[in-house]
Amino acid sequence: MSVLVDHFDVFASGFWLTFQLCLLSAVGALLMGTLGAVMRISPVPPLRWVGTAYVTVFRNCPLTIVFFFAAFGLPSLGSNADFLKIPGLDSLFTRLGIDLPYFRFGIIALSLYTGAFVCEAIRSGINAVSPGQAEAARAIGLTFTQNLRFVVLPQAWKAAIVPLGSVIIAMIKNSALAGFFGVVGDLSNGAQNLTSALGEPIIPVFVGVSIGFLIMTAPLGLLLDRIERRRTVAR
Amino acid sequence: MRMTRMVAVAAVAALSLGIAACGGDDSDSGNDSSSGSKDFAAGSTMEKLNKAQKITIGTKFDQPGFGLKGLDGKPAGFDVEIGKLIADELGIADDKITWVETPSAVREEKIEKAEVDLVVATYTINDKRKERIDFAGPYYEAGQNILVKADDSSITGPDSFKAGDKKVCSVQGSTPATNIEKYLANKASQLVVFDVYQKCVDALTNGQVNAVTTDNVILLGFIARNEGKFKLAGENFTKEPYGIGLKKGDTAFRTFVNDTLDKIFKDGQWEKAWKDTAGKYVDETPTPPTINRY
Repeated sequence: MSVLVDHFDVFASGFWLTFQLCLLSAVGALLMGTLGAVMRISPVPPLRWVGTAYVTVFRNCPLTIVFFFAAFGLPSLGSNADFLKIPGLDSLFTRLGIDLPYFRFGIIALSLYTGAFVCEAIRSGINAVSPGQAEAARAIGLTFTQNLRFVVLPQAWKAAIVPLGSVIIAMIKNSALAGFFGVVGDLSNGAQNLTSALGEPIIPVFVGVSIGFLIMTAPLGLLLDRIERRRTVAR
Repeated sequence: MRMTRMVAVAAVAALSLGIAACGGDDSDSGNDSSSGSKDFAAGSTMEKLNKAQKITIGTKFDQPGFGLKGLDGKPAGFDVEIGKLIADELGIADDKITWVETPSAVREEKIEKAEVDLVVATYTINDKRKERIDFAGPYYEAGQNILVKADDSSITGPDSFKAGDKKVCSVQGSTPATNIEKYLANKASQLVVFDVYQKCVDALTNGQVNAVTTDNVILLGFIARNEGKFKLAGENFTKEPYGIGLKKGDTAFRTFVNDTLDKIFKDGQWEKAWKDTAGKYVDETPTPPTINRY
């Protein structure tokens, strides 16, 4: 177990990088998912088709494949995901702005993949809103966008927040794959380095990695439990 | 106690050499010829393996020239040939060898758990690893080098990375990745690691990185497979002695493997194995390294 003390810096910096990756991917996934859900319930058929196609493809592909296409497909198409070098944001998250694109590719893969699940969670939330609400909103003359913005989505969020939380927890765990697709120094890559290059025993190292992930996922899980309890009381 | 053990070791070594000499006449007619029962010191690993008539050897399955698993399901390469020669010396036929894939990350673990008897897998000898396992050999001395695109003259050696604008790729948890870190101005923006070298070569082709670094022999394999696209930048800048990993403390077995290596260095089997496998990519045949009997 001494490896946890001797190489604490590896775990700490790995945790920090994984946390950044998760935070940015969660934002990306929520954006993608909300967009997808809105498309899937929109009155315009082609938009519905795009939304459905997105969910079908990304929910049904293994994450490894999605990562693979992000890390090796995008470069073949000539993209280094430079659009994610967002000014201002890249000074906070330094990995966003560097020349090596693999951190950005990781965000893209995680966001697209998780976005499909977020989309379905939000859509199930929307379905939980009684149809009478949307009908009433239409009756008083709200447009489709206004209807979503002021009536349906605020109520849908409440029903969707617990399944959304589970999706995000799954995403945090999935982020371990990024270390195998070119992201250097995150928890899984750091662990790999410790066990093979430095020859540290595998089990203590992986205990350390598990602790790193639990620090992120366990509080989120507890928070979800609390939200759920609060909601039951409110009813 | 110490003395008797050393005498036993010496006896085993002498015995194995003697037997090897007896069976040496027909060694050209195929590797299987010397299979069968042989006499080894009672209780030794050699005797156990010989009695069982099978051996499990770990190697890489994705390393061109050293251990690459082909479509026929059997690995082939220099490491595999070395493994076969040792098995041969133990009186075990080639088809009785069980090949297990041992990627860099799990080699010590597999040896410690006795899932393999030997690991011959481009396995660099170093002190950190010696804390957990023992090494026989080296049987080959590689060195780290840098692979760049054929038209790139901006990288001339590891010092070219000090400026901080060149990006380099290597394989996760490997010695080369650790070695190159010394030359990097900023690890986060200059180093990429993947699980296999092919991905590094893809990244080099697509321009995400400027160079790939690892042992010269592995890079030569990629140069040979992509005629005219890549070249080596400069000379080897490290020495990587490849050893054979075996269970810690099994000195008799280690001595036996070392003796076997000494024998194949001298009788030309080592050179033949080299020329048939990894040597196809290189012009000159290297001289066998000196065995380190620590």
